[in-house]
Formats: sequence, C-alpha cells, structure tokens
Amino acid sequence: MTGYLDTASAEPLHPAAREALLAALERGYADPRRLHHPGRDARLLLENARAVVAECLGVRSDEVGFTASGTDAVHRGLLGLVSARRSRGDGVVHTAVEHSSVLHAVGWRPSPAHVAVGVDRDGRVDPEEVAAAARNPGVVAVAVQAANQEVGTLQPVDDLDLPDDLPLFVDAAAAVGRVPLPRRWSALAASAHKWGGPPGVGVLAVRRSARWTTPFPGDDGLDQPGGFADVPGALAAAAALQAVLADREETAARQHRLVERVRAAAAALPDTEVVGHPVERLPHLVTFSCLYVGGDELVAGLDRRGFAVASGSACTASSLEPSHVLAAMGALTHGNVRVSLRRDTTEDEVDAFCSALVECVTEIRAGAGL
Amino acid sequence: MTGPDAGDDPVEIDCRELPCPRPVIELARALPSVAVGGLLAVVARDPAARHDVPAWCRMRGQEYVGEEAADDGAPRYVVRRLS
Repeated sequence: MTGYLDTASAEPLHPAAREALLAALERGYADPRRLHHPGRDARLLLENARAVVAECLGVRSDEVGFTASGTDAVHRGLLGLVSARRSRGDGVVHTAVEHSSVLHAVGWRPSPAHVAVGVDRDGRVDPEEVAAAARNPGVVAVAVQAANQEVGTLQPVDDLDLPDDLPLFVDAAAAVGRVPLPRRWSALAASAHKWGGPPGVGVLAVRRSARWTTPFPGDDGLDQPGGFADVPGALAAAAALQAVLADREETAARQHRLVERVRAAAAALPDTEVVGHPVERLPHLVTFSCLYVGGDELVAGLDRRGFAVASGSACTASSLEPSHVLAAMGALTHGNVRVSLRRDTTEDEVDAFCSALVECVTEIRAGAGL
Repeated sequence: MTGPDAGDDPVEIDCRELPCPRPVIELARALPSVAVGGLLAVVARDPAARHDVPAWCRMRGQEYVGEEAADDGAPRYVVRRLS
C-alpha cells in the first residue's frame, strides 16, 4: 500500500472492517424483516451497526440508515428535506464547492430559487452570505458541506444563522472520522469507504425533529432506505468507524504534521500554489497546482515513481471540464494534484513523495521547454 | 477597469486547438514580445483557459483585463504586461 496517497477517493479497508465483514458474511445473510431465527440474527447485526454509527455521529439509532453509497445518501438526504416542503417552494441554497452529488441533486429539479453561494480564495463560504440567501422566497433547504473533498477546507457550518424552520443538509463524507463534525444539521450524509469501511455503504442521518420524506419510491423510514440492506457491509462500516474514531486525534495530529511537509515542499517549487485553507483544513489532505504542467502528466509521472494521487485538472476528468471547486476558488486548475494520506503513511514515504514531485515537475517543465 | 480599445490593439496568439495547459504555456512564452504596458490576447477554446489565464496573471504579477470573443466567436482572454 506504500505510495497510495488517494484516501480521499477511497481509503483501504480497515482491518477492523475486514474482520467484521467476514464474520457478518457468515451470519448476516437473511432478510432482517423476517421473524425466523436467521432473520432475527441479521436484524441484530443491522441494529448493532446502526447503534454504533449513531453513537459515532452523536445521534439516536433510529435517526440513522444505510444507503447504497455516499451519493445515494446525499440524494436521499437533501431531496427528502426538499420533498417534505414541496408546498412552500423548491429552492436550495448551497455552496459553489459542494460535491458533485449535491450539485446533481440540486440540478435534478431546476428552480429559479436555487442559489450557489461563492467561496473565498481558501475555498471557505461566508456564513452570513449563506444566511442572507437562505431568506430568499422559495428557499426550502440549505446545503453546506462539513469539509471540502478536493482542497480540505473546513466550512463554518456551526456559524450559520438560519431561520428556525429552514432545514440544513450537511455532506460530511470528507469529514467523518477526520475532524469533529458540525452539530447543527437536519440531515447528514457520509460514505463508509472514505473512512476505511467497505465501498457501497452510505450513511444517512436524519434528525427526528426534521421534516423529511423519502424523495424516491419506498417507505419514509431509515430502516432500509433503497431496499434490502447490505447487513455485512453496514456492520463492517460501523466497525471501521468505531476503530478510526478511537485514535482519531492521534492520527489527525500525525497526518497534520506530515501534510505540513508536503505543503512546504509544494510551496517551495517555483510557480506552484498550495490551495485550500492552511489551518482550517482536514488533517490528511493537501492540494496544489503547478503552472505549465498537465495534471494528467503529473499523475502519470508520479504513478511511474510509485505514488498514486488524484487531480482536479480537466485533462484528468471525463468531462474535460476542470474542477468546479478550483474554478470557484479562482485557483489554477491545470497541474493540479490532491494528496491524501493513509493512517499508516510514514514520514519517509512523504519525503520520498516530495522528492518525486520535484523531479516530476522539473522534468515535465523541461520537456515543455520552460 | 481598463478594457482593450481601438488605439490599443493587442498582440494575439492563436491557441484555439491547443489543450490545457498549452494556452498558458504559449501565453508565458509570448509575453516578452509585448512591451510593458502592452496587451496580449490568447484565443483558446480549452475550457480551463477561462480560469487559468486569470490565475496565471495573479501568480505572475500581470493584469488580467478580461474576456471577449474573437471574430469566429472563440473566447479571447486579454492580458496586460505589467513587468
């Protein structure tokens, strides 16, 4: 796993998740809605998973459900808040740097009342600007992420002063297991493979006090949103989250220091800017952009040297459009690299990465005659 | 602020068919051919140029004047050399 520095896309399976998954695959096959013994066994495992995740998120068990993915949790969470207020309007106020799953959910039902609120150079939204937009007529929900998935900037979610009856949706996929979560929200979504759980397991939390109805066919509950639950996956996700949170502060402090080294190495490169808030940020993630270098060339060059990183540059995207996050920040979109550390990334590995980066950027620029 | 006008004809470089980051590389190469205070225009269809030309100006201490359309409708980004 050495050299894998793309945990913000997918964290390798945590050993605690592997163990729980294997045990639950044996025991948790039945339909948790059935009253027979195997069904009751599966129900027990599912309820155990809900209870653990609920405790980790600081909510009640019946406020948590498992979905087919983080994207699915976002869609159900946000659109469910909108559906419950259909009679009052359909507008959503959101930051311009939300994850594409949030933007897709907002765009699914176009409305003149939708507002995208811009961010500053660090990628941070102004809570007062969000609160002002939230008072527009026809606005029925607000969506603000806990932390940005591309540049790591934490958003001031708890500073939002919203009207009492206006629900807040928080996409916490980048933040869960990494930083303390915002406290004031109506619905929150997360994704297990971002914290070392298995892929294909999303988490949707909806407070009992929030008005929420399922936006898709099915029952209005969180027991099994979207159909038959992946009981082993849910249990493995819960086990990983519990394990990750047990040493979160220690891991975060170590990663924070290691990221500081990458930030310094990138900032020392000529014509390179580190993007994202330098202090109010996720501990394990750093993004920077290098002038005159293609993001695809950089990803390939680092891959040849044994390092796996992500890029928000257009040439690495299927859409050929550069990252909407970098664009909203006014940051350079080409030559972009996002580095996100594993829990066991070492100092030596980070230093080797920094050397490879310097080599790679120098080589590509020399190839372009610069 | 200031916009390009008739008496202030920019030097134009054609990067219509170049992928990112080539338009910005060509911009950097062409800048020395323009007098300090003069204008340089990059015509580029690549969608990243809309963000990267202003970002380049900020990083390199040059002035981004604005976006306009070339005769064929392709986006044209105008830069003023400051140093």
